Amino acid sequence: MSAVIEEHHHDGHHHGPDKGIMRWVFTTNHKDIGTLYLWFSFLMFLTGGVLALGIRAELFQPGLQIIQPEIFNQLTTMHGLIMVFGAVMPAFVGLANWLIPMMIGAPDMALPRMNNYSFWILPFAFGMLLSTFFMEGGAPNYGWTFYAPLSTDYAPPSVTFFIFAVHMMGISSIMGSINVVVTILNMRAPGMTLMKMPLFVWTWFITAYLLIAVMPVLAGVVTMMLMDIHFGTAFFNAGGGGDPVLFQHVFWFFGHPEVYIMILPAFGVVSAIIPTFARKRLFGYDSMVYATASIAFLSFIVWAHHMFTVGIPLAGELYFMYATMLIAVPTGVKVFNWVATMWQGAMTFETPMLFAIAFVILFTIGGLSGLMLAIVPADFQYHDTYFVVAHFHYVLVPGSVFSIMAAVYYWIPKWTGNMYDETLGKTHFWLSFIGVNVTFFPQHFIGLAGMPRRIPDYALQFADWNMVSSCGAFLFGFSQLLFLFIVIKCIRGGKKATDQVWEGAHGLEWTIPSPAPYHTFTTPPTSMKEAHG
Amino acid sequence: MNRVMQMWQAGLSLLLCSNVALADWSALNMRQGVTEISQRVYDLHMLIFYICCAIGVLVFGVMIISMLMHRKSLGVTPATFHEDTRVEVAWTVIPIIILLVMAVPATSTLRDMYESSDSDLDIEVRGYQWKWQYTYLNEDPAEEIQFMSALKTPRNEIQNLEAKGEHYLLDVDNPLVIPINKRVRFLVTSQDTIHSFWVPDFAVKRDAIPGFIHESWAVVEEPGVYRGQCAELCGKDHGFMPIVVHAVEQADYDLWIAEKQAEAKEVFNTVGKTWSKDELMVKGEEVYLQHCAACHQPNGQGIPPAFPSLVGQGIAVGPMSGHIDILLNGQAGTAMQAFGQQLNPAEIAAVITYERNAWGNDMNDMVQPKEINTMMASE
Repeated sequence: MSAVIEEHHHDGHHHGPDKGIMRWVFTTNHKDIGTLYLWFSFLMFLTGGVLALGIRAELFQPGLQIIQPEIFNQLTTMHGLIMVFGAVMPAFVGLANWLIPMMIGAPDMALPRMNNYSFWILPFAFGMLLSTFFMEGGAPNYGWTFYAPLSTDYAPPSVTFFIFAVHMMGISSIMGSINVVVTILNMRAPGMTLMKMPLFVWTWFITAYLLIAVMPVLAGVVTMMLMDIHFGTAFFNAGGGGDPVLFQHVFWFFGHPEVYIMILPAFGVVSAIIPTFARKRLFGYDSMVYATASIAFLSFIVWAHHMFTVGIPLAGELYFMYATMLIAVPTGVKVFNWVATMWQGAMTFETPMLFAIAFVILFTIGGLSGLMLAIVPADFQYHDTYFVVAHFHYVLVPGSVFSIMAAVYYWIPKWTGNMYDETLGKTHFWLSFIGVNVTFFPQHFIGLAGMPRRIPDYALQFADWNMVSSCGAFLFGFSQLLFLFIVIKCIRGGKKATDQVWEGAHGLEWTIPSPAPYHTFTTPPTSMKEAHG
Repeated sequence: MNRVMQMWQAGLSLLLCSNVALADWSALNMRQGVTEISQRVYDLHMLIFYICCAIGVLVFGVMIISMLMHRKSLGVTPATFHEDTRVEVAWTVIPIIILLVMAVPATSTLRDMYESSDSDLDIEVRGYQWKWQYTYLNEDPAEEIQFMSALKTPRNEIQNLEAKGEHYLLDVDNPLVIPINKRVRFLVTSQDTIHSFWVPDFAVKRDAIPGFIHESWAVVEEPGVYRGQCAELCGKDHGFMPIVVHAVEQADYDLWIAEKQAEAKEVFNTVGKTWSKDELMVKGEEVYLQHCAACHQPNGQGIPPAFPSLVGQGIAVGPMSGHIDILLNGQAGTAMQAFGQQLNPAEIAAVITYERNAWGNDMNDMVQPKEINTMMASE
């Protein structure tokens, strides 16, 4: 960011960033790499968003109007893949890069060169994935969950490019998370004990372990697909002694922890923001850490709740139902802790706080519908309907995405040295809040009433709420251009931010100047007074 | 305080809106259905829903009170508490108790859904891209009734060229027919990709997985027409493979069975006779539009490369034997299915003759149902 470039003149160190484009290509600086990740993520967010608007435009009315079924399936698939792997995950890695070293008093990430590689793999991975739109047979059209045999025997030829793109994303994620683990374990300033780390660091620490554990599983499952497609194996083909359901088991063994990979860092963000604006310490820090660890553990043993209708035996169904219901307990603890943090605080409602409160409320709605989905007999009716679509969009959009926006508003004064425009920020919040609820709340109804997901056309009784949902989607989508405007405006100038930025902010990142100099904590901080107590 | 009043008013008007919506509640909620199981699933759904609402009201209520009372602008000083073991234990234990309250009825309903005692009628449900095949299993294979069930909604309605009918996208040519008050077992499998057989009114949803058979069952208590859809992404026309079940009185069911068996005999006879080319062309167009046009398109041009064109190239203008072989056995590794298992010999002969002589293809040859029948028998 330009403000960072100017800053290096008076940061008192020998070298600042290179000039021009090469600064970004060769950079090993955690702040530069964080910035790259965040911009890349936003670009992917807009790309995936355009695809979503294509879907919602087709679903505005019954009948086929603008998008034919084969293209529609490509849109749903690519929307999911891009949002999960291109928008949400890189955004959190970007935040981790910017914030973890500043929060634990480290000069940089532990493995800076690898940090550069793990970012620069991503544009190539997504370039390859997006190029499939222009290939014969079109882009992946088998859903972001790419169930075999639809994704093997019945897939378009571009599936091979999809497999290699997933491999590259996986390598990027694994390198990124090893970096996070090594940084947190080795680079903490003296006195920054594990139980003094800010929760954002804790949640990322646990997330990084989840990533290291499950990305190889994803790589495994796509490799098995590759073998089935090109080398005559039959992992997922019953005709050759394999089993299509094996695919789902392996995929969801990755896929369920993946869901938590996308939400645990969000918990960390919200746990930083709510205490600041409530001017009150986070309630139950220890229980927050233990709850995060419990959720991460449980995430490994509940995968088959995505597969209740595949014909698992009764004992299996019961086990996965009970295990899944258990997740509600640590998740509940987190929500109650946030509410208790707000209770008897002295709250103000700047944009980050608005997004954080909306996160708590809307994520809880998503959590409650998740609890409903855990109940197997009811899940037989919910499964693969818009109720599921509503559920996971509630945890991912006003969940993960809102937390990322909250984080950007919260830390951008530290990154750029300027305050963002508060009026515009609040406008952006309210437009997004209304847009998200108008889009996704009605999807609960149409799902319960029986509309399956991933269909380009629907029966007439679903028409009204689909129209409402599409209107909301366009409102939400276009509101994000305002976000882009606010961020650029803030980078270019604005009211100067103080070092602490927010009255109630605590933590090492608020002890360094705003904007953060190109190099921070080259000598470790000595006082942990500002760290979590 | 003025602001608080405004918020109350906003909340109240929201509530009124939701009351209007309540008038049409049935279109917004899960169907109660027509089996004992579906009713229990519905009750379970409502129970969890109300519990979730109560939790929501409680948590959001506390948050809203806090947001109204504990704001800096009211001049409050923040409290300093940041932990309390008793509270932490309470909000760990109470949710566990609530979960137990949910788990008990869920478990008993699920056990009953999985109860697999003898059935009165077994129907094999086989998913195809993009239609269903129903086989009424019978110990005597000669008496087995088997037919395909595909979308009946006209393409013009889907393409917005005609007004959409009442059962838009939820109507099929040959519905499944079952007797009421009988335990009907569905043995669900698939011929190609994974599908999912879902009839909301029976609370039956079972994935159709190629190479495996999974079962589900229903005892329907009320005669009626029940509609569902494929619930697992299965390719291009996933959204266009509905399920329609007619539940009828036993007497009507017996009549229907007799009729179906007579039809089977009729097919047997038509296969035996010699057809004129015009007859084959008329029948062939009908079969083509119903079974082939989704991929190869009504004009035969296909959607290359996935679905090749049949006009002036490929099998339709190649040797007859190759054409018949692909129709009967499908093409491995593509979406082209083995229609030998789906269509009767007369239909196959007709559609082959049609493809070779339509859209400007001028092979000027034909094949008789008898010949197809001989080939199918010898395979």
